[in-house]
Amino acid sequence: MTTVAAKPVTPSATKPATMAQALGRALRDSMADDPSVHVLGEDVGALGGVFRVTDGLAEEFGEDRCTDTPLAEAGILGTAVGMAMYGLRPVVEMQFDAFAYPAFEQLLSHVAKMRNRTRGAMPMPITVRVPYGGGIGGVEHHSDSSEAYYMATPGLHVVTPATVADAYGLLRASIASDDPVVFLEPKRLYWSKADWNPAAPTAVEPIGRAVVRRTGRSATLITYGPSVPVCMEAAEAARAEGWDLEVVDLRSLVPFDDETVAASVRRTGRAVVVHESGGFGGPGGEIAARITERCFHHLEAPVLRVAGFDIPYPPPMLEKHHLPGVDRILDAVARLQWEAES
Amino acid sequence: MTVMEQRGAYRPTPPPAWQPRTDPAPLLPDAEPYRVLGTDAVEKVDPGLLRRLYAELVRGRRYNTQATALTKQGRLAVYPSSTGQEACEVAAAFALQERDWLFPSYRDTLAAVARGLDPLSALTLLRGDWHTGYDPREARIAPLSTPLATQLPHAVGLAHAARLKGDDVVALAMVGDGGTSEGDFHEALNFAAVWQAPVVFLVQNNGFAISVPLAKQTAAPSLAHKAVGYGMPGRLVDGNDAAAMHEVLGEAVARARAGGGPTLVEAVTYRMEAHTNADDATRYRHDSEVAAWRDHDPILLLERELTERGLLDEDLKRQAGDDAEAMAADLRERMNQDPQLDPMDLFTHVYAEQTSQLREQAAQLRAELEVASEEAEEEAR
Repeated sequence: MTTVAAKPVTPSATKPATMAQALGRALRDSMADDPSVHVLGEDVGALGGVFRVTDGLAEEFGEDRCTDTPLAEAGILGTAVGMAMYGLRPVVEMQFDAFAYPAFEQLLSHVAKMRNRTRGAMPMPITVRVPYGGGIGGVEHHSDSSEAYYMATPGLHVVTPATVADAYGLLRASIASDDPVVFLEPKRLYWSKADWNPAAPTAVEPIGRAVVRRTGRSATLITYGPSVPVCMEAAEAARAEGWDLEVVDLRSLVPFDDETVAASVRRTGRAVVVHESGGFGGPGGEIAARITERCFHHLEAPVLRVAGFDIPYPPPMLEKHHLPGVDRILDAVARLQWEAES
Repeated sequence: MTVMEQRGAYRPTPPPAWQPRTDPAPLLPDAEPYRVLGTDAVEKVDPGLLRRLYAELVRGRRYNTQATALTKQGRLAVYPSSTGQEACEVAAAFALQERDWLFPSYRDTLAAVARGLDPLSALTLLRGDWHTGYDPREARIAPLSTPLATQLPHAVGLAHAARLKGDDVVALAMVGDGGTSEGDFHEALNFAAVWQAPVVFLVQNNGFAISVPLAKQTAAPSLAHKAVGYGMPGRLVDGNDAAAMHEVLGEAVARARAGGGPTLVEAVTYRMEAHTNADDATRYRHDSEVAAWRDHDPILLLERELTERGLLDEDLKRQAGDDAEAMAADLRERMNQDPQLDPMDLFTHVYAEQTSQLREQAAQLRAELEVASEEAEEEAR
């Protein structure tokens, strides 16, 4: 028997992790830290969720803490309301964006309003995880971007990560929040990877802070969730055209970080809002209005929107025409020269 | 060979999923609503309980007439009266222990009051000064629910959570006949049965969902029959028989507390008043029908029983009447004072911490209020 000198173990601090893994880790750490955190939904147990975000939770914490429910979204969220009334902190999974619609009455009439109805006596610390958006070739009812509905409902926080680190930090902050949070998970970023240290995860960001992902001087792209990497790519491509673009990742739609957005637009004087969901009545209209109200005298051009078309989400073989891509964003950036030309 | 002949020749054993899992017979409700008053069963009921139920029904009736009068005086925006349904309301409250929870609908203010809630706090929603006038955790009464049946899954979740924590807490959730058509009714019953949650569902079948009669609401033999499909027992009770209601709800609560799972109770009763003051009941039902139910009034039924057994003495009658009048007078007096409202409360309880958007709007309202108060001062000078 030969003795082999053991290799010195250097704790490899960071290694590639997917967003889905970071979300799962956030659930696990939240459950380990706080016994009142319960996960419930369809398929979250043995299967680990259809996107494997809840993988291993039932095994580690038992079926009472990570519960496979009957297939009924109103029932899932409605029972979560009762659990929160008794002091638990439920995290519910809606599996797919359009599957959450049966739960809208519970969300709008009870989850969002319970604190208000009871003068603060009964907060609703519920996190509603909704995988959202397209780009994964899903068939109908599997690719909706429903953020405008949630944003229009007072009492809800609406957040959406775009990076692996934010997925962890924002989900932990959402679960810790004493208010209900609609946590929108960009489906097509589930498998996006980044170097990340699960042993020493990123500090928890408070909900409501936007972040400048890339600084620039010519114009600001304001975006969130699945459109963030597209905007980053567009910003790189724009350099060839002589445009130095700033990219703001909102992270939180409610509350809205007016300060970070306005500061950026005041610096650049031009802004394009980019998102997947439809433009008419969509988040971009609200954001453009807020920018106009705060930065009118700094603007060199109208605030533009690059959004999905105002159509029901298209069949997967056509979705590439619907989703805002780099070219459509660059087109908008080109139109920002409007003032100079006129 | 035809398909039918093939079927005759080949009969595969049904896969396990097709086998019936529970014998539905024990879950089925009786054909007729269960009654105690006027039957032999009443002899087993404690006379003291009958007298307490009587006093509470009298108080409940007075509460209903007082609240209705306050509506006519404009002190309440609306009042959905439970006159005629007092036996259900009172029995629901009596069935619960202090640690248990009540999940009322908008018509069930009386159940909350019979449970001990301040009659004024129970009416805050209907007066319009705030939505819920009490701390639900302190009272163990969920906010009165206006959307139909949406409070039922809450009851299931709360009961489930209590059981996970090791507390022997029972939740009793109330809903009307119309509410049984809602999806949340179905989902709540299904969750409760699958989880064996300690919940009692009380359906007050009062004949109408605003104007739509039961026959247009459901084709089920009874609403209690719906329980069988979920795998829980259904009980059909005379909702105007306070003793029967007390017994059946008591059994269901005890069963839930002992880990026996949920029960669906259908109380057959009648809404003597219109849906609310905004409703004209003469458009959809005949006076003769209302008159027939007058003879089956919950207070009358109990009065007859007590009289027959020599339990209704003048003392009890006077005491019950006096207590009811005192409650009504106190409620009237306090309701006739204008509530002091702070408009800035609009922004206080939307989130734990106000968003910057709400802080801006709060500042706007504060400025508007200051201008208004300066103008009022100037006018006074």
